[in-house]
Amino acid sequence: MTVASTLQFLGLVVVASPALLLASLGLPMLLGWNLSERTQARLTKTSVSVGLVAAVSILCLMVVSGSRHVPIELGNWASIEPEHFHFHLKFVFDRLSVPFAILSFVLCGTVGAFSTIYLHREKGYRRFFLLYALFLAGMIVSALAGTIETLFFGWELVGLSSALLVAYFHERPGPVRNGLRVWTTYRFADAAFLIAALAMHHFTGAGDFDRLMGSGPWPDGVAAIGSWQALAVGSLLLLAAAGKSGMVPFSGWLPRAMEGPTPSSAVFYGALSVHLGTYLLLRVSPLLEVSLPLRIAVIALGLVSAIFGALASRVQGDVKNALAFASLTQVGIITVEIGLGLRYIALIHMIGHACLRTLQLLRAPSVLRDHQTYEDAVGRRLTGDTVNPPRTATKFQVSLYRFALERGYLDAMLDDWIVRPFVKTFRFFDSLERRWTNYLSGGESRESDRLAPYGDSLEDVV
Amino acid sequence: MSELHLPWLELSVLLPLVGAIWVSLLKNRDRARKHSIAVCGLTLICALGEWIDFSSLGTFAAHDHWDVLQLIFHRDVFVIDELSAPLLPLGALLYFTTVMTTLRTKLNRFSLGWTLFSESVLLATLTCRHPWLIILLLAVAVVPPWVELRKRQQSTRIFSLHMGLSLGLLAIGQFFVGDNASASNPSIFAGCLLTAGALIRSGICPLHCWMSDLFEKATFGTALLFVTPMTGVYAVMRLVFPIAPEWALQCIAILSLTTAVYAAGMALVQHDSRRFFCYLFLSHSSLVLVGLGLVTPIGLTGALCVWLSVGISLLGFGLALRSVEARTGRLTLENFHGLYEHTPFFAGMFLLTGLASIGFPGTIGFIGTELLMEGVVEIFPLVGLAIVLAAALNGIAVVKAYFHVFTGTRHHPSISMSCRPTERITVLIVVVLIIGGGLAPQPGIHSRYHAANMLIRLREPVPQPHNAAAIKNELAISPQTTLLTETPKRKSNND
Repeated sequence: MTVASTLQFLGLVVVASPALLLASLGLPMLLGWNLSERTQARLTKTSVSVGLVAAVSILCLMVVSGSRHVPIELGNWASIEPEHFHFHLKFVFDRLSVPFAILSFVLCGTVGAFSTIYLHREKGYRRFFLLYALFLAGMIVSALAGTIETLFFGWELVGLSSALLVAYFHERPGPVRNGLRVWTTYRFADAAFLIAALAMHHFTGAGDFDRLMGSGPWPDGVAAIGSWQALAVGSLLLLAAAGKSGMVPFSGWLPRAMEGPTPSSAVFYGALSVHLGTYLLLRVSPLLEVSLPLRIAVIALGLVSAIFGALASRVQGDVKNALAFASLTQVGIITVEIGLGLRYIALIHMIGHACLRTLQLLRAPSVLRDHQTYEDAVGRRLTGDTVNPPRTATKFQVSLYRFALERGYLDAMLDDWIVRPFVKTFRFFDSLERRWTNYLSGGESRESDRLAPYGDSLEDVV
Repeated sequence: MSELHLPWLELSVLLPLVGAIWVSLLKNRDRARKHSIAVCGLTLICALGEWIDFSSLGTFAAHDHWDVLQLIFHRDVFVIDELSAPLLPLGALLYFTTVMTTLRTKLNRFSLGWTLFSESVLLATLTCRHPWLIILLLAVAVVPPWVELRKRQQSTRIFSLHMGLSLGLLAIGQFFVGDNASASNPSIFAGCLLTAGALIRSGICPLHCWMSDLFEKATFGTALLFVTPMTGVYAVMRLVFPIAPEWALQCIAILSLTTAVYAAGMALVQHDSRRFFCYLFLSHSSLVLVGLGLVTPIGLTGALCVWLSVGISLLGFGLALRSVEARTGRLTLENFHGLYEHTPFFAGMFLLTGLASIGFPGTIGFIGTELLMEGVVEIFPLVGLAIVLAAALNGIAVVKAYFHVFTGTRHHPSISMSCRPTERITVLIVVVLIIGGGLAPQPGIHSRYHAANMLIRLREPVPQPHNAAAIKNELAISPQTTLLTETPKRKSNND
């Protein structure tokens, strides 16, 4: 067996293991079969372990053989040869994707092990692990994607599983509303991504990253498009990344995402999902070399997000929210690093931050309990540092505090400028339609206006 | 023209027609339901047989073996081609699954006899290419929902006005179409009338209110069965596409794109679950029309793929909603219902089919939507981006509806809401199609691309001699005069 064929085989294992986990958890659910908690935990453990071992083996083989770029071609998923339309399934193992895939496996594995205990006998145990498998598959596909369409595929899986996990405790309206908010933000980020993919096809004639970023292995590729084209595609991708990573002005979803169970907050919104946007920017970083305005935009967005995250995290009354905004600060700094061209530093920063934040978030629920245990043990309050003496805040400090407390009014601005005008406009159209149908039918045309939940008896069901 | 090995087409049309008469004679409703399921099942088998048989022939068009109607009238009445071949099983599946998931409690409102009758009319429409016959069948298809509205003592004005206007425009337009009308020699006046008639039937904005009114007043099953086969889009393909110039089709595409975005926005603000479904469907059916109006191989292939994927996924979506409504009554989307705990199977189905309709990765609609977007952006670089906006809005609307129906609170039912075996089987069939089509899209795309190319070649002003000969050989005659002219010599498979 040659090194190339071994790499090929291991690459397939890396991609297939989460997909098989998804199938093995999803199919029984569809067929109405109940898998025990233990079986689900074992399947998860096996899948993550196999994927991780394969990914680490690839890394070792690449180091030993000195190869920096290992593409794995799975052929065309769909193609129309005469029209040059290809949906090319290609995965790339390089200095960027392999560490990120390993990070995904390690963190997902840790959180999977944690969740089997944390969610033991929870009603939504099966649902959680199904969404977990969907998320893992999405992360691995996104990390290893060699074409923009494949990346979009994984990106969407990550988005859906994240939104549904925010709404995990779905007996209450709060998590559900927050889940919908996350989904809405993601959909617009996805729309920007899709337009970028279409634009990229238009400019380069293909969706392969090789074609866009040049043939050199990451990070040495040189983008093969003009500066204006790079600015157009890059701006759209920056918008998509901002939405996915919760950067300004989309930061509102980040604290809302903390409504989900702690393990999902830890791995999805604290560590992996939140870094997917910066990962995208790293993947397309050769584009930044071509366009100075794009670099400036990336740096500016990163700076603003970092400052905003730092301010907001200081005034949060809830530990998970404080950690969420602290994550945003780091994501902002990573974005600045990418904009400055410090790609390896950004990658190392991302990995380090993801591990630290996962640990913090997993530890968060038990910290207060431990604190109380210590207090009980010593028999007095552990006040920590000496409390600062009270002092009068300046007007600026008060404004800043208010600004941070209201999370920069970002949600309110999005509501006022986008959501409400949209809803108002379409409700207006709806009322026009009502008048029109009332006129045509010569009377009240909408029974559904009087609709009450469960108003009909079963026999009266239409 | 090639021949199928069996009279699949005639059987597909006659079986439900005979079934309709038989079922209406039965007094026992439960028995009538079982017989209806059997008839719909047999019809589905015939339609599938037709599709498999047709695919094995490798031809553009084919008609029945032992064609009784041909023997009587000396004309090919029922003919299928690459456009309609998969639409027949889709239509039969639509009726089969709807009847399968109809609960006993609904039989006093949902007429099985009329349902089978409309299935027969639909399959006849899809197997027929002659313009006048299509218009006649479109008119006949209006009767069952109209009768139901009357029986339910609902106002039929909106429905009658729109359908009357649509059919009138189609009839007048067809009257003025000359024998030699083609894309290179269009009859503008007739084309405009035909286009307007077909677009009203498709629910293009602003003349779409009949569709929301139908969902409001008719039973969900009847409304679903009337709109989901997209006969308006079929009318565009058969009556307008062969004779309309490119600019006219692009105007249809722009109008449809506007409707797609408008309907997606409207779906987001609806309070009633049925009206939400109606606008979601309208948005998607308009997207199909967008692709058909592009007249490029990629755009048309995308549209034909989306036609099938939307048909399957929104059928599943509608059935999931209907099954839930069968247990709770009509659902408002203003508050949360929290039904997940009691109907997890329907919840999964609702989400999966809804996401499939918006072209979520891994489902049947994904590649079709990608193709459609590529085709649209190729022709309308900036305007075409509206399609992405429509997809985004539809995606939000689907998940919003899911949350409102299945989550947000704890529901305490007084009766069991569990899934019945017939519902589970139906749902699984749809899921298999959605996931199977998503994981292995290539055969479908290949077939639709071939169909798209053939349809575009029919419009070519001056075909190459060998192409023209090939097309004439396949179709026997020109598109506008295809079927009611005599076919002097038919080529049998056995020849």
